This record gives sequence, structure tokens and C-alpha cells, in this order.
Amino acid sequence: MGVQTPNGFNLDTSGKRIVVDPVTRIEGHMRVEVNVDSDNVIRNAVSTGTMWRGIEVILRGRDPRDAWAFTERICGVCTGTHALTSVRAVEDALQIRIPENANSIRNLMQLALQVHDHIVHFYHLHALDWVDVVSALSADPKATSALAQSISPWPLSSPGYFRDLQGRLKRFVDSGQLGPFKNGYWGSKAYRLPPEANLMAVAHYLEALDFQKEIVKIHTIFGGKNPHPNWLVGGVPCPINVDGVGGVGAINMERLNYITEIIDRSIEFNDQVYLPDVAAIGSFYKDWLYGGGLSGKSVLAYGDVPENANDYSPANLLLPRGAIINGNLNEIHPVDHRDPNEIQEFVTHSWYKYPDETKGLHPWDGVTDPHYELGPNTKGTRTNIESLDEGGKYSWIKAPRWKGHAMEVGPLARWIVGYAQGKPEFKEPVDKLLKDLGLPTAALFSTLGRTAARALESQWAAYKMRHFQNKLIANIKAGDSSTANVDKWEPKTWPSEVKGVGFTEAPRGALAHWIKIKDTKIENYQAVVPTTWNGSPRDPQGNIGAFEASLMDTPMADPNQPVEILRTLHSFDPCLACSTHVMSEDGQEMAKVTVR
Amino acid sequence: MDAFRQPKILMLGIGNILWADEGFGVRALETFNALYAASPNVSLLDGGTQGLYLVQFVQEADYLLVFDAIDYGLEPGTLKLVQGDEVPKFTGAKKMSLHQTGFQEVLSAADMLGGYPEKLVLIGCQPQDLEDWGGPLTTPVRDQLRQAADLAAIILEQWGARCRLRARGEAFAPLLGNDIDMTHYEIQTL
Repeated sequence: MGVQTPNGFNLDTSGKRIVVDPVTRIEGHMRVEVNVDSDNVIRNAVSTGTMWRGIEVILRGRDPRDAWAFTERICGVCTGTHALTSVRAVEDALQIRIPENANSIRNLMQLALQVHDHIVHFYHLHALDWVDVVSALSADPKATSALAQSISPWPLSSPGYFRDLQGRLKRFVDSGQLGPFKNGYWGSKAYRLPPEANLMAVAHYLEALDFQKEIVKIHTIFGGKNPHPNWLVGGVPCPINVDGVGGVGAINMERLNYITEIIDRSIEFNDQVYLPDVAAIGSFYKDWLYGGGLSGKSVLAYGDVPENANDYSPANLLLPRGAIINGNLNEIHPVDHRDPNEIQEFVTHSWYKYPDETKGLHPWDGVTDPHYELGPNTKGTRTNIESLDEGGKYSWIKAPRWKGHAMEVGPLARWIVGYAQGKPEFKEPVDKLLKDLGLPTAALFSTLGRTAARALESQWAAYKMRHFQNKLIANIKAGDSSTANVDKWEPKTWPSEVKGVGFTEAPRGALAHWIKIKDTKIENYQAVVPTTWNGSPRDPQGNIGAFEASLMDTPMADPNQPVEILRTLHSFDPCLACSTHVMSEDGQEMAKVTVR
Repeated sequence: MDAFRQPKILMLGIGNILWADEGFGVRALETFNALYAASPNVSLLDGGTQGLYLVQFVQEADYLLVFDAIDYGLEPGTLKLVQGDEVPKFTGAKKMSLHQTGFQEVLSAADMLGGYPEKLVLIGCQPQDLEDWGGPLTTPVRDQLRQAADLAAIILEQWGARCRLRARGEAFAPLLGNDIDMTHYEIQTL
């Protein structure tokens, strides 16, 4: 029994309903409801973003040259990538060309963000879905040291190091303040690592937390400050003055050498810590290959990291571009952001209003008109929902579709496209990792595959940073110190009506901003963010989105401890891009799990 | 801390300026910066919603003063001063905390890594409206910005930092620019 979706999933709502609200350790607010059968296998999944984000409304009437500063505030974690997407959209609209140095610096900032975000995501938001912190307390430090040394030459691996760390962890847990570790289901049967692997992972959790502050210094140097670095339509805001000594803001040789050092350390951390950890953790979970969802069917990548400035065609982009549908890896479809029939957003199941909701709207003609109404089968009240009715409107996230298809975006989507294109820099590391784990290619289409692709991408991005750093230095040495083109800075030089699109590959996936400028002000601004793709609700045809699809057919060890749900959702690095956070008197509340 | 060294004081404003009263923390810091000049051992940081990414700034601070919106069920606009060990209790994640990391977790992480501030104060404000995405601060909260800044100045003095009111027309580096400073943001959204 059940309903077959056009994208190939059989939804059965007859079993008991489990509600997880909020899903913890993500950016933003998200709720998930699933139905499980008598064996606790997920047979229906409903994912909802419960916060409205209306950046589109905020930006209307503002100066397009400042849009980046607003979009940087949408989200607490991918600030820079929104800013970059925004300046690209404005440059596209106004036909502004940026200098080569600006392209290299932007790539360095974007790649640094990828590395930073991927490392922080893995260790601080996702590892705890695989690693049992409390179990680490019973590890043997000597055996932990032997394990660590067997997988990596990373120097922090002595028995004494792990013994000290275990002592610190024990004091921390004993003091009753689990702090960052509080939202976990410690002791659940879903955890499989031996205590020693858990202790090693906790050590790297702390090392990563300490190391991440180094990577963001790249943003501080090029963007003038961090958090919230500065960006500029027409280039980058930092002047280059190689002969300068200690000048405020200007990029000189001393700063460039410092960046080179950070890049070297990033490469080392990826090579010696992040990748070996993912492989080691993966080896204990390699028969847990659930969570593939749409990844084996339909994936989308816009591409990013232009080798040369001002050329956003696929051949010039180092991150791949293309769409794969219905699991056919032999055909990679081109993607056109400007074609009104390709990318469209639907709101049949979203809390917005369109004049005709059977049709989708291209973002240039996008409408953001909130309309909160619940389906007839909703249980509870408007303000206190017990369970949602996915037959009606049920999410603040719109449903973007590419030529009508629900798509997955993100590191795994990018790596699948690169793999399918046969590009060795994507294919070879994937094949090697799979071979080391003794897994077939199909294993890539899983939660674990998503987590592994992110790690491979972090490593890839760190090496590409070195490439653009060398390129930047060579170009400066050749006498080019230009970082900005201000020819069209003055609004009086602009046409009265223009439109543009800017796109990037944000850490969590394909991101684009569409802008219309009229009489020097923003007339319409639409951002379709990665989590809009992945977290989308159903569309008029009944296709389920990537989060929903990924949960299907996953068995749960204990429905009261939704470790498996969190593990798979976290593997997307969800970011609901709203980031409010008010402190409350009675903190400490864990995700509420309700079983009905 | 070295007895002969000036303590490093960090003033941190947190919250999302695009979300009505959620912007209190950053706006209060912006107000302080417009009103007061503090001695060089005091630094100001617009932390936005950066969560765990703020850990290194917290670690580096000897004394930490945080501005933030706190939901304590009080009258909208009520200021609340919280000190020392009481601060983490006020900064936990709950349903209202949609952020990936409550500030409590940032404090714990700083503690685990080593570098928990020796002195810690939170100046909180009860929000009225958190639902108004893109909206400005509500009147009861905006009316408290000056008082929050004055309160911070008193605390800085108690911490041995010098702090003086800026002269009328004195030039200073603004905390925020590009149209998201309070004057421009709020004028256009009002």
C-alpha cells in the first residue's frame, strides 16, 4: 500500500508518526516528521523549514552595490558565499568586468570558506552523529595512539596526548556541562565506533575547533575583517602594495606569505586529519549505506571557481557544472540560469501565495508573498502543530525544480557530476576511497557518500587555494596590482533597467541570486539557496525533495532516539538561512521527539 | 593574567540585524561605538550570528561583555544585567534559539579549549517582536539602546578601562556600513 511519487518513492503513511523538532546542530530551524512501519523503517518523510526568510522583501528599493552586505547577514555560516553571489549578480546585470587579481582573491576567499565550512561541519555539526563522546571516556589511550598512528602521520598522537585529553573530557563531563556535546543520544545502539576511535575523533574535534580560526584569517586579510568581511562590486576592496610595510589594509608580501603558510597548514590538516578520520569512521559504518535519496537519481551543480576572470562558462569553471536526471550518469545536461523554463520555484506546498500555483516561477519573476495556512488533516493548532498535513501547505521553503525535477545539490552532487564527466581530479580520489573501504561505486549514493564527498572537496579546495595563491603572486610580480574596476561604480553610468544572475557553489550546494535593477535601485531580488533545493517540500506533481527522499527506507534502531534521521539530514549540512538566536532562561532543551 | 598588563576586554554584540529585535545585540554595540571612545585594551566585535566561529575571540578575551536579546518573559524592552556564572544559564539553546549554536556552547567550547574569560557580563534586552523578518527594532527595544550603552560604559569603568563620551561631531569609525548601519537600515524599513 502507499502512493508512488513521480520521482520513484513509495510513500506509506499508515505507520506511526515520529516528529523531530527542532532538528539540532544545524543552522536555522527545521522540523521533520516520518512514518515508520512495524519494523521501524521509515516509509514516509516530511521535512519543513519553519521560519520565513524574506531577504527579497528587505532588498527592494536599495542600492544594488550594498546588496552583498545584506545577503551576508542572511546566514550565520555561509556569509561570504552569499556576498560573492550577490556581487556577481550585480556585475552580470551591469556588465562589469573584474581584474584578474580580484578573481584570484575571490577564489581564495571562496575556497577558504569551503575548507573552513567543511571542516567545521564535519567535526562540530556532523561527527557527533557517528562518534559517541561518552564512549571515549572508556578508551585506552595507548590503543588510541596506536590507532591514530596506523592511519596518519599526524604528530599529535602520543599515548600521553590522548590521556591528557581524556582527562579534560572527563572533567568536563563530570562537571555536568556537556556544552557542545549536549545534543547527542550517547549510548545509542546506532553508534558503532570502538572507544579508541571515539577518543581520537574527540581529540580532532578540539583540534579542528582550534585550527578553524587560522583558515578564516584569509578572510580577515583580504576582506579587511572577520566575521563579516568586506566585498566590492567590480573587484575586491583590498589594494595591493607589495612594497608596503605594515600598511593598514593593503596586501603586501608579508601578508601574502602568511596566507601561503595558512594554505600549507590547511592542506596538511585535510591530508593528515580530516580525510583519514572520514575513512576510519567510514570503515565502521560501511554497511550503513542508507540515505542516498535523490543522489543516485537527480543532482544539480552550477559550477564555480573560474580559472580566469569574467568567464563563467563551464569550461572555465574548476568545480563542475551540469544536471543529471533519472540516474543516467551518461548524460550531463547543460544548465541555464536565464532560461525561464529551467529553474522554477513552486509553492503548492509552501506558505506563500502565487496567482496560479499549478505553475512555477523563474526567479527573475519570482514572488515572495507569505501565506500561512494549514492542510485539513493537520493535527493541533495553528501555533502548536502536533503533526503536519503534507497534502496541504507545510513549509516556509519554496520548492525549486529544474525542468520539473526535484534535485539534490551539494558536495556529493558536484562530485557526482565531476565523476560522470570523467574528470580525473574528481574520479580518482573517489575510486581510491571506495577501493580502500572495499565498497562499490554505488556506495557513493548514500549518507556516508555525502559525508565523504565533502571531505574530498575540502582537500581539493585546499590544493586549489595553493594554485590561486601562486597565480596571484605571479601576477603581482609581473606588475599587475589592479584589484578593482570602478568604471561603472557611479549609478549615472547604468542603464535604466537591467537584470542579472550570479551563482556560486556554496559549501552546501548550488546558490544563485537573481536581480532586477530599475532606475539604479533594486526592483526584485530572489535568492535560491542550496537548502531550498535540498529541503524543498513536495511540488504539484507530488515529487518529494532531497531531504525527504534521503530518509526513505532507513531503519531506526530506536524511534525515540532519531540518530539515523539526524545523521542523514546533517550529511547535507542543512542551513535554513535564518539564524535568529534568542537566549532563554530555561536553555538545555534537547530536540523534542514525539512518537504518535 | 599578568598583573602589569592591561586586561584584554572584548565587547561583543550578537544577533541578526535583519530580524527586528534580534538585532539588539549588534545595535547596542553600534550605539556604544557612536557614543563612547574606550581605551585601546577594549575591542568591539559585531559577532552577528557566527556561533561557534566566535570561539577564538572569546578565548582571547580576559573580560567579556556581551549584548544580546534574551527571552526572559519580561516586559518588552526590559534590560537585564547578568554576571559571571549566571551568564551560561541565560545563553542556552531552546526553541527560540534557532541558531546552530547557543552562545552557551561557545562559552563551553572556549572553556574546553582553554581560555574562558575571567570576567563575564551579559547585557540582555527582552524583545517584543522576533517574527518581523526585515523589520527594524521595535520602539521599546530601540529606546533602551542608549541605556544599554551607558550601562556598558559603567561596567568598563569598573573593569578599569577608560571610557569617555565622544564630543559632538567627533569623527569615528562606524561599526557597520554599506546601508546596514542603523540609520540607513531603519530609515528605509520604518
